[in-house]
Amino acid sequence: MKIFVTVKQVPDTTGKVAVNPDGTLNRASMQAITNPDDLNAVEAALALKEELGCKVVALTMGPGPAEAMLRELLAMGVDEGVLISAREFGGSDTFATSQIIAAAIDTYGVDEDDIIFSGRQAIDGDTAQVGPQIAEKLHLPQVTYAGEIKKECNTLLIRRMLEDGYMTVKVQTPCLITCIKELNTPRYMSVLGIEECFDKPIRVMDYAALKDHPLIDATTIGLKGSPTNIYKSFTPPVKGAGTMIEGSAKESAGKLVSLLAAKHMI
Amino acid sequence: MEFNSADISAFKNVWVFCEQRQGAMMPTTFELVSEGRKLADELGVELCGVLLGDDVDGIAKELGGYGADKVYVYNSPLLKNYTTDAYTKVICDAVKEFKPEILLFGASNIGRDLAPRCAARLHTGLCADCTHLDVDLNGYVNFLRTGSNLDVDNMNFDSKLFDVKTNLKMTRPAFGGHLMATIVCPRFRPAMATVRPGVMKKRPYDEAKAEGVELLHPAFELSEADCKTQVLEVVKAAKKLVDLIGADVIVSVGRGIAKDVEGGIALAEELAGELHGVVGASRAAVDSGWISADHQVGQTGKTVHPKIYIALGISGAIQHKAGMQDSECIIAVNKNDAAPIFEIADYGIVGDLFQVVPELIAAIRAEKTGK
Repeated sequence: MKIFVTVKQVPDTTGKVAVNPDGTLNRASMQAITNPDDLNAVEAALALKEELGCKVVALTMGPGPAEAMLRELLAMGVDEGVLISAREFGGSDTFATSQIIAAAIDTYGVDEDDIIFSGRQAIDGDTAQVGPQIAEKLHLPQVTYAGEIKKECNTLLIRRMLEDGYMTVKVQTPCLITCIKELNTPRYMSVLGIEECFDKPIRVMDYAALKDHPLIDATTIGLKGSPTNIYKSFTPPVKGAGTMIEGSAKESAGKLVSLLAAKHMI
Repeated sequence: MEFNSADISAFKNVWVFCEQRQGAMMPTTFELVSEGRKLADELGVELCGVLLGDDVDGIAKELGGYGADKVYVYNSPLLKNYTTDAYTKVICDAVKEFKPEILLFGASNIGRDLAPRCAARLHTGLCADCTHLDVDLNGYVNFLRTGSNLDVDNMNFDSKLFDVKTNLKMTRPAFGGHLMATIVCPRFRPAMATVRPGVMKKRPYDEAKAEGVELLHPAFELSEADCKTQVLEVVKAAKKLVDLIGADVIVSVGRGIAKDVEGGIALAEELAGELHGVVGASRAAVDSGWISADHQVGQTGKTVHPKIYIALGISGAIQHKAGMQDSECIIAVNKNDAAPIFEIADYGIVGDLFQVVPELIAAIRAEKTGK
């Protein structure tokens, strides 16, 4: 048994974000972090590893610097990293990305008792599409928005969160589960883990390693293989600042209520 | 004949996936049907609902009232509760049979599970969590005129790659709302989108159109062997969840209540009560465990546009603004006069919410009783 975790290095959009004058994102100004929900997926994998003693493999697709992120995950306790990286893979939308990651997972080899964990969604695109699309490409069942996971032999019982409650779903391995932040609290890297992480393997899967896989084809990967294209991008307009109301708490509260009442808003 | 998603001329009509849970239509379905009607009119085609469930004919008519011409209804005990496998199979088979050019889903936890799986199987493009949709180019240009920083009069909207007048233009926030992107799916059909709940406006309900809607029951194949997951139970949240999307007034709390969390929430509840509103929250307040996630407004929470939005102790991170900046009147109370929330507030008060809010409540009561 082994557990795959799909992870993505993303710009930290929760802090200050700089936008270039042409409306593109100034990535150089932003810190690269491991996508937060993906850390919940890593934690879910590591918790199962502690219980069952299985191997955990983290896969990421991205440019070379993503290797640094994989090292951090190895220091958390992941056993092996896979870096899927090639010029041909650049510009992929969610469809093409899932095609490539599915080919990489399939090339690594999925056994009957394997599990794939993914984060719910990445904070750069917020699509939540790549996990389900990998599952479809691998013909595996999926359970998204996992808020609780119990494993009994090759059966998983998952609390799948809904906006108005939850459903309990039973699924057999191999399967793909997407994890939400409520599932667990990701651990930190340990001192021992940091020492060991440089001795753990990182396997690079480039275009040559994947090109003969049936999912990989010029019409299904990269910019040309992406069904969606960006037509325009822009920043939302800044709304003009309104009226600042001065005075003590009592005075300003009184003025505000008068203004709202005059407009029949209250 | 083999299904070919690239044969775009073979596809026609706009479809909306009509999500129901336990036999009740999800409110966002009506928003989607209303928006789908607009797109179908722009293309001059029919708007069709696709409704899956167990014995759900009774809730299909209402879809007509919001603009559907037809509803394809698929009834089966295997479709009673949502499962990825069963729903994906029935929808993909229906798409292969009837070939809609546009297929919309609500961006609920179910829609966002189902739509990507369908798009991958059909080999087509999907745009997640859209907040604006256009077919008509003029409509899109007008949207950009007020909804963007672009100099639209000096822009070229033509494309060598596709017909900009007939392709669906799907606009969504990216990078936590810092950027907006308009996505197209020019080479494959159907063009698919999940649409953010609470954003599209519902049309007025049309009784005559509801009576006239055509229900279709195409034959379909589905067996237990198709379903690899099994739903053991569906549990509704015990606590009544707050209806942020339907509220006219929202009083939201943020990090500013840290020094007295319970007191801050009590004040927000009291103020909301005076204004017949509900209490919302920033991500910081939810992540700190001060209030449950159903109260969260913003990019990862709900998008709201109430008549009055009062932000108490919320700095106004772009993720929060993305969920509330279209409110009719925004009022901000914050100790920090440099808080970004003041950039979008109609009225701002720099001060301690624990001092200002009790005065606000008193002033509103005085106003109501004629002083």
